[in-house]
Amino acid sequence: MSDHLIIIGAGMATGRAIEDLRSAGSDIKITLFNAEPRGNYNRIMLSPVLAGDKTYEEIVTHDDAWYAEHDVTCRFGEKVDAIDREAKTITAANGDVLSYDKLMFGTGSNPFMIPLPGHDLDGVIAYRDLEDTQKMMDLGPDNKCVVIGGGLLGLEAAAGMAARGVDVTVIHIMGHLMERQLDEAAGYLLRKALVDKGITVKCSANSKEILGENGKVRALLLDDGTELPCDLLVMAVGIRPNVKLAQDAGLAVGKGIHVDDQMVTSDPDILAVGECVEHNGAIFGLVAPLYDQAKVAAKTLLGEDATFVQKELSTKLKVTGCDLFSAGDFAEGEGREDIVFRDPARGVYRRLVIENNVIVGAVMYGDTADSNWFFGLIKDKTDIADMRETVIFGPAFQGGAAVDPLSAVAALPRDAEICGCNGICKGEIEDAIAAGSTDLVGIKATTKASASCGTCTGLVEQVLAVTLGDDFVIPAAATVCGCTDMTHEDVRRMIKSQKLTSMNAVWQECGWKTVDGCPTCRPALNFYLLADWPLEYKDDPQSRFINERKHANIQKDGTFSVVPRMWGGITTPDELRAIADAADKYMVPTVKVTGGQRIDLLGVKGEDLPGIWKDLNDAGMVSGYAYSKGLRTVKTCVGTDHCRFGTQDSTGLGIKLEKTLHGAWTPHKLKLGVSGCPRNCAEATCKDIGVICVDSGYQISIGGAAGMDVKETELLVQVPTEDEAILVIKAVSQLYREQAKYLDRIYKWMAKVGLDWIKEQIVDDLDNRAALVDRFELSQTIYRHDPWAEHVKKAETYQPLANLSLEAAE
Amino acid sequence: MTQWIDVAPLDDVPARGARMLKTAHGCVAVFRTADDEVFALDNTCPHKQGPLAEGIVHGKSVTCPLHNWVFSLETGMAQGQDVGQVATYPARVDAGRILIDAAQLTGRAVAAE
Repeated sequence: MSDHLIIIGAGMATGRAIEDLRSAGSDIKITLFNAEPRGNYNRIMLSPVLAGDKTYEEIVTHDDAWYAEHDVTCRFGEKVDAIDREAKTITAANGDVLSYDKLMFGTGSNPFMIPLPGHDLDGVIAYRDLEDTQKMMDLGPDNKCVVIGGGLLGLEAAAGMAARGVDVTVIHIMGHLMERQLDEAAGYLLRKALVDKGITVKCSANSKEILGENGKVRALLLDDGTELPCDLLVMAVGIRPNVKLAQDAGLAVGKGIHVDDQMVTSDPDILAVGECVEHNGAIFGLVAPLYDQAKVAAKTLLGEDATFVQKELSTKLKVTGCDLFSAGDFAEGEGREDIVFRDPARGVYRRLVIENNVIVGAVMYGDTADSNWFFGLIKDKTDIADMRETVIFGPAFQGGAAVDPLSAVAALPRDAEICGCNGICKGEIEDAIAAGSTDLVGIKATTKASASCGTCTGLVEQVLAVTLGDDFVIPAAATVCGCTDMTHEDVRRMIKSQKLTSMNAVWQECGWKTVDGCPTCRPALNFYLLADWPLEYKDDPQSRFINERKHANIQKDGTFSVVPRMWGGITTPDELRAIADAADKYMVPTVKVTGGQRIDLLGVKGEDLPGIWKDLNDAGMVSGYAYSKGLRTVKTCVGTDHCRFGTQDSTGLGIKLEKTLHGAWTPHKLKLGVSGCPRNCAEATCKDIGVICVDSGYQISIGGAAGMDVKETELLVQVPTEDEAILVIKAVSQLYREQAKYLDRIYKWMAKVGLDWIKEQIVDDLDNRAALVDRFELSQTIYRHDPWAEHVKKAETYQPLANLSLEAAE
Repeated sequence: MTQWIDVAPLDDVPARGARMLKTAHGCVAVFRTADDEVFALDNTCPHKQGPLAEGIVHGKSVTCPLHNWVFSLETGMAQGQDVGQVATYPARVDAGRILIDAAQLTGRAVAAE
């Protein structure tokens, strides 16, 4: 038998098929075409070549000698132009017509290039073959490169170039990196590791245009207007099976070339393997299934029975220092549960997705040593009911006694460091305990352990527990919620000291026990993050209570109330007319004057909100934030303008304060009052911040309340000028915002820190006051705006997703 | 018998969020989790008729905006101490679109009559 097998494409799949045929003793005549001017090399090792860990020679799997030895006729650098299935011939690019008995496609895939304006400029490349790799290797420390695509390939390219000193920016359209393989938490850790390598990572970023100069790429323009200069632009956004030739030959083609379980196409004499095929609706990009396909194809050619079966796949990233692993399906499906383990100190994250006591998906970051064991559990569909409580800790913890974390602390030597910030060893804490400090507060006071960043608090408590035995009960401090063992204060300290600027960062570094928090912690974290990192953190509407998400107060019947701002309680006939018109137009059932000197339109339907806001906006009014944990109103009296007792322009000051503070988010609602004289008609002394005008200036007092608790304000300071009064109030607002626990009004915060401490910060230390004012103003550059106008632009999100009343009624 | 109907693109519902769907027999809330799973539940809390689509979505649960009852998106059962349940409807994502089983939506109408 001297049948002729023609193979189109010398890639990893066809290479393996040839090996399998020859090692099974087949003497079939083989002719191998390849468009690239070389034979088969290990394409998945291009990243190590780029990073400098390997050379091209090391990744060549089949060299000329191998082909000669295995009797393969090579036609490299030659394309196949056409196939005549009737005549069973192919036409090569040089016009040669060769007849075949069997034909095998291994045409692989093409990189997908986003058709952005400028994508055909010189210096815009994919990451696919040796030529692309070489272009990236030509870059050095003086070059900038932008990589579009935060998937496996894009990140490997970025890391490889960064290792060569190139200034690399990764642009990813999704909210987190490698979203197909990783959940947000692991994506956060990966991003952090890449940023540590000096790579700039921009997620949720949309590319708009590639800018060029003299036909060569110059920069990437994002749709938010950012321009990222670059000498090379790499697009690594995905691949498309290369099916052109198969399509032209009339084979059945979908996303890829259709093959059956034997790797045979719709023509019984033509097979296909590798990235060009589609099997049961799936296409393939990883090497393991390609090798399986090659094996099956070889057996089919040999006349043996073999069946290709799709298997569970796992992914690892080939970037030094980023250990991550993902396998199975951790995203979609019903009836699933999660087990999450986080070890902030080691940067470890593990998540298992479980369905009916079987692990169906796993994501691991930081410590992937046990990944094969977990992958085995997924593949074998092992019932984990018996080891459910310990499975997340890995194979070492199965079958033994429960591990006591205290025994590990007990085993530590006296010179083991417990508090890294202050350099405190276990022995020093033991000595402090022996000297009488028998609780955490005492240890903090005497040794400073756990008094800085706070990450070691748990360890210090364990040392106390080990040393004191039964005498020590770890205090049940009020934690934020069931998702964490940390208190609000701990979390705020962590956010500041560890520079945590995202929700995922907090969840990971503070060891959150749930995947994405709960309605108690999410609004608190959202506030802490935006208060401490106004520029870095992006407000998350989904972590806000409905009132703040929709900028209206929800009522008991699901309708909303709308309150336009009336600066300092001042309005005009035109505004009142516009309010009356809006009330008529939207059939508002109740119009009420509020205690904060403005008008409340109650009973507006959710769908009508953008409409009524637009009408009020058009009349010059903005949101009154009557729903917010933020500045509500500044209540005023008429002051010197009309009142015979008024000492200062209290209305004017109220308006100025409201204009400068509006939009500011605070731990709880913030109400102000300005009274023009000590008769206090604006009831300023039961507000969070109150101003009483006197002849000699302005008395600023804080910590009032008239709610569940009724409190009178206490005097903070008297200042001579209006300008200084405004500065002091900005500084107090900022201090409160930076320091207080979420949902503590000023009076509660003041009870904890003391009025004297606040005076030290704002009255005595003028540099600190100025710094607080600066930080307040910085934050206000982001948040001092009218949310109504923005939400009117996305009015459709206030409408039902769809109306199925008609279909359903049929 | 299921009859999947295409309701909207997945991206019309924010992750960890929800949107409301009008049907002839009342409102249905369509939820999207952080992992892009979708769930469809009656929009009305059995406690005091709070609109669940306005609640905070966490894990595979939603918390009613009026009085913080928590419901499983998978079963519709109230969690914790609270007792109650809201109806659930089959929903899934296919090629970036949200599909809901219309047969179940109309089936409920028959049962309700």
